[in-house]
Amino acid sequence: MKISSRIVVVPQENIDTDQIIPARFLKVTDKIGIGRHLFEDRPEFQVEKGFDILVAGDNFGCGSSREHAVWALKDFGFKAVISTSFADIFRQNSLKNGLLPVAVDSRTHALLKPGVLVTIDLASQTLSIEGGPTVTFPIDSFSKTCILEGLDEIGYILKHDTAISAYEQRN
Amino acid sequence: MKTLYDKIWDAHVVVPETDAPAIIYIDIHLIHEVTTPQAFSGLKKRGLKVRRTGRTFGTMDHSIPTSSRSLSGFDEMAANQVRTLAENCAEFGVPLYDLNSARQGIVHVIGPELGLTQPGRTLVCGDSHTSTHGAFGALAHGIGTSEVEMVLATQCLLQRKSKNYRVNFDGPLQPGVTAKDMILALIAKIGTGGGTGHVFEFTGSAVRALDMDARMTICNMSIEGGARAGLIAPDDTTFEYVAGREFAPKGRDWDEALARWKKLPSDDGAHFDQSVTIDAGSLEPMITYGTNPGMAIPLTARVPAPSTPEDVQALRYMALEPGQELLGHPIDVVFIGSCTNSRLSDLRNAAGLLRGRKVNPRVRMLVVPGSYEVKRQAEAEGLDRVFKEAGAEWREAGCSMCIAMNGDSVPAGKTSVSTSNRNFEGRQGKGARTLLASPLTAAASAVEGRVADPRRFA
Ligand code: SF4
Repeated sequence: MKISSRIVVVPQENIDTDQIIPARFLKVTDKIGIGRHLFEDRPEFQVEKGFDILVAGDNFGCGSSREHAVWALKDFGFKAVISTSFADIFRQNSLKNGLLPVAVDSRTHALLKPGVLVTIDLASQTLSIEGGPTVTFPIDSFSKTCILEGLDEIGYILKHDTAISAYEQRN
Repeated sequence: MKTLYDKIWDAHVVVPETDAPAIIYIDIHLIHEVTTPQAFSGLKKRGLKVRRTGRTFGTMDHSIPTSSRSLSGFDEMAANQVRTLAENCAEFGVPLYDLNSARQGIVHVIGPELGLTQPGRTLVCGDSHTSTHGAFGALAHGIGTSEVEMVLATQCLLQRKSKNYRVNFDGPLQPGVTAKDMILALIAKIGTGGGTGHVFEFTGSAVRALDMDARMTICNMSIEGGARAGLIAPDDTTFEYVAGREFAPKGRDWDEALARWKKLPSDDGAHFDQSVTIDAGSLEPMITYGTNPGMAIPLTARVPAPSTPEDVQALRYMALEPGQELLGHPIDVVFIGSCTNSRLSDLRNAAGLLRGRKVNPRVRMLVVPGSYEVKRQAEAEGLDRVFKEAGAEWREAGCSMCIAMNGDSVPAGKTSVSTSNRNFEGRQGKGARTLLASPLTAAASAVEGRVADPRRFA
């Protein structure tokens, strides 16, 4: 999986899931079309369509566990988010939906100016900045395999059904 | 030598961690209307069933009205979501505490009330404040909707182990200082990302002295400190609370459970990857001034000068100036409720201060019990009358103004003192300004129509 795109930058830190998708849009029962409300209450972020990569400040996705935040980012068109760190639940939710949470150090982060062309290669876990450095980023090895090979996590767990049943017998 | 977290983790490993995360067994799965519809759709698409219907329990809390228990005339989208939960629970055989049930309430209030939350258990819910249940020494954390589907289908989660973070509160609390102030002080100290990748264990004499309601307040806001879960070792206070509840073990089972639970506390000398100590005796009532829960100060302090662009934006949004005192700052709304502070002892605290006093006419005050059962108990004690006579609204159980999905919201540009857990921009309504504080501080502020110090009402 290779993503090559100019970037949209929202320099703010601690962007919480309420900013990504306000709670009043959580009354849906499906995932479709929710991207319409991405950052709806933060017009000053000026997040436009046509980019695959969003760059945001530290601790991105903190707050609630709502997966709607990830669905909204994906539905809007983003394939990856770059930050210096992500909130735990948001990172989990992203990986489960194939939205790449790419964590870089603050020196690299500082180079990510609006409009810069960035290439993210999941297989080699590298991020290259046009006219700048190529750096590696960490990603959970299992999640990486799941995304690259289209492996389904529920299917994976169900393969261990005997172990689960054995556990249930013991407890 | 193991921590409490290590012990619960080890006892729930179905398949140990390799390259792949561990498969961890989930004892209790709580579900609600907002984060489940897409999970049930996923199950249907796969043709799967709910693996353990007896371990899965549903309720309605986030988007329901609190003005009455009826959906008629209510927001059609919200009503549809609530009906979808009811249909899914019926189709999949999941017990549901709906709006007609005496067990309905905020998911994190009813779990403990029903005795589902027990020491040593693993418990998850598609809601980040699932950390609340950690107050019982249960490993409890929020999950996303994909994981809800995973747990419905398999009763398991794929997890990598977190690190251990010990948070020690020593010394007796001063009068007027509560569990809410303890947790706000911690988050102010370590920041909203401070606990990322960790599970907190709250220890120390100040924690031991707390009742279960107060312990839940602390664990509830673990997530605001970045930790998915927060734990408190079970002790006699815990056992006393759980004993006799609907789903609590009975008779011989109880004795066996008790013997197991007593082995749960962290061993002496167990390793914590991080630790912090807070002198509980020197804490003051805390209040937030900004737009994340880490932006909190003692009630008598002044708004600090901004040091990041985010701080600048926060102060602009809150219409506050650096160096300004919050005490005396005019307010418009007071909200007492949410899974942080909507239990009986929270309502008793607030009512104790309000008794014989009036809510300032400039203030709208909403009191929203966390569950139908809390409401019933509060009414049996006459707390509802205290609130109503003071001029506050006494509502039905639900999340209400904590998340403002149901129409209970703070108008744009207005300021609330709220006992909930998040002061994010727009959390209580578009343009709403939220000051997080304890029920005591909220009640005192309601009386004065300004941010007020509850210690002056003693
Ligand atoms: S009360 Fe607020 S924080 Fe708690 S579960 Fe409801 S919406 Fe979430």
